[in-house]
Amino acid sequence: MVANRIPLKVIYSVLVIGSITACSSSYHSNGPVGIGKPISENQIRLWNIDIGPNGEGLPAGSGTAITGEVLFQQQCASCHGDKGQGSIANRLVGGGALNTNSPVKTVGSFWPYSTTIFDYTRRAMPHNAPQSLTNDQVYAATAYILYLNKIISQDAVMDAKTLPLVRMPNRDGFIPIER
Amino acid sequence: MSDKKEVSQRRKFLQKSLTVGGGIGGILASKNALSQTNDSNFLAIDPWTKVQGSTFINPPYGLPSKYEKNVVRVLPSPPPTFLTGSRTPLQNLHGIITPNGLVFERHHAGIPDINPDEHRLVIHGLVDRPMIFTMEDIVRFPSESRVYFLECSGNSAAELKKATGKTAQEIHGLLSCCEWTGVRLSTILQECGVQPSAKWALAEGADGAAMTRSIPMSKMMDDALLVYAQNGEMLRAEQGYPLRLFLPGYEGNMSIKWLRRIKLGTEPWQTREETSAYTDLLPTGKAEQFTFAMDVKSVITQPSGMMKLKSKGFYEVSGFAWSGKGMIKRVEVSTDGGTSWAQAVLQEPVMDKSLVRFRFPWMWDGAPAMLMSRAIDSSGAVQPSMGSLLKEKGTNFFYHNNAIQPWHVAANGEITNGR
Repeated sequence: MVANRIPLKVIYSVLVIGSITACSSSYHSNGPVGIGKPISENQIRLWNIDIGPNGEGLPAGSGTAITGEVLFQQQCASCHGDKGQGSIANRLVGGGALNTNSPVKTVGSFWPYSTTIFDYTRRAMPHNAPQSLTNDQVYAATAYILYLNKIISQDAVMDAKTLPLVRMPNRDGFIPIER
Repeated sequence: MSDKKEVSQRRKFLQKSLTVGGGIGGILASKNALSQTNDSNFLAIDPWTKVQGSTFINPPYGLPSKYEKNVVRVLPSPPPTFLTGSRTPLQNLHGIITPNGLVFERHHAGIPDINPDEHRLVIHGLVDRPMIFTMEDIVRFPSESRVYFLECSGNSAAELKKATGKTAQEIHGLLSCCEWTGVRLSTILQECGVQPSAKWALAEGADGAAMTRSIPMSKMMDDALLVYAQNGEMLRAEQGYPLRLFLPGYEGNMSIKWLRRIKLGTEPWQTREETSAYTDLLPTGKAEQFTFAMDVKSVITQPSGMMKLKSKGFYEVSGFAWSGKGMIKRVEVSTDGGTSWAQAVLQEPVMDKSLVRFRFPWMWDGAPAMLMSRAIDSSGAVQPSMGSLLKEKGTNFFYHNNAIQPWHVAANGEITNGR
């Protein structure tokens, strides 16, 4: 049960170390109040799955489009099509120019970073069993999708070193606004 | 107009003219009260007045009247293979608060079933002390409650290419407004000690998509909330139970639901949901990225698409206005397709990054009309027409459509999408 019970001690400490501003409906403490527990990076490694655009966070393991094709046909093709041409789920391959009246956004035509393919596949795919693939399998699936888009060769090994070096065709296609 | 005359006119209006919503319960039932009697000139005693009513807590968690059973969220028609969202019946809402059972949904891997006793939030990365918090921990922190709108940045997207939706719900229903209760994220971050080099944060959900977005630390340290309650009760499962991030004014998907992890870093992660999706493609082929705040927008909900005005006479034109970039300063209404505009009344309190209810009195003369509303916010931004929006951004940007919604009123009173 989650209960909103605040021990008097905590209220007292918040009031003492916090600042209460007149005309404001809320107050904010000015430092830690000692709630929560420390945790080590090692303890959270199974949750710590994000990959940065420079490859930060990529795990050990590797794969090629050759092994990736087998995996893709088993785990991905039923939704994305046997060549990534799209079916009930998004098209992954081709798409062409984006400055047309009906642009087709795919991994090949639109995605700016190769690392995102690994990150997204590992955290959210396959649709019926997210986070069930091994790191080798995710590298292999990533390699196959890159290969289908003619971005890497069939035998290119994707791993923590090589994947971030793959430059996506639409790498310069985004204008960061931040507003 | 004298009060007496106004009341009289209003009653006449209620009796004669208000079958709007085609049985959806748009404003009020239009049934003439006198029809309950055998002799229509005299009121009889109604049967429900002559018996005891049903008992208490029936059911223990109360439900809307059975006569409101059509006021529900709807899926797109036809529904896609992979469902993406359900929409709020804006045309049936009153005031500014969306009841919890009607708040729109947008999920990326369905709704996870999370026992709050087992839920954890981890904050790590560029902090002095990586920390883990239970829900019991989180509700102990100083809390606050704020009324904020929530809008999917894909709301109204289909209309950019052509008219597709028929009702306010179908076109604009990825929009809701609740009182959200939780803890300022900045308060909890103090427990961890934010390092000065932290410029971006990654927020991650515990759902099957492990949904992630990169968010600037400036927003996280400003008004970002860790929310555990909405409209007075714990979050609904589909709204992120037991814990979600809430970023006031920002596109809805960034307010990560079922929040399990926040990691501080130096640059955006370039996740799928901020590259492949939720970026705005321009005619040049380049896409704008990190277009966080929702633009100034409004929509008339009463009367609106698929309703029918039964007779000419008085109608209150009413709807919602909102902006993620400032306070709503003014809403104007046109009944002649934008040729002339008049100022609507804003229902107070007008709150920052909340829906605002506007009202405008209109005497319909029975001729075809085009109803429109446009909102202006405190930044000076004016809600654009569809024409000027498309001229500026093309037709491929998909997200952040804030164009004026026209509703066409035909001579027979039928209201349709005037896009």
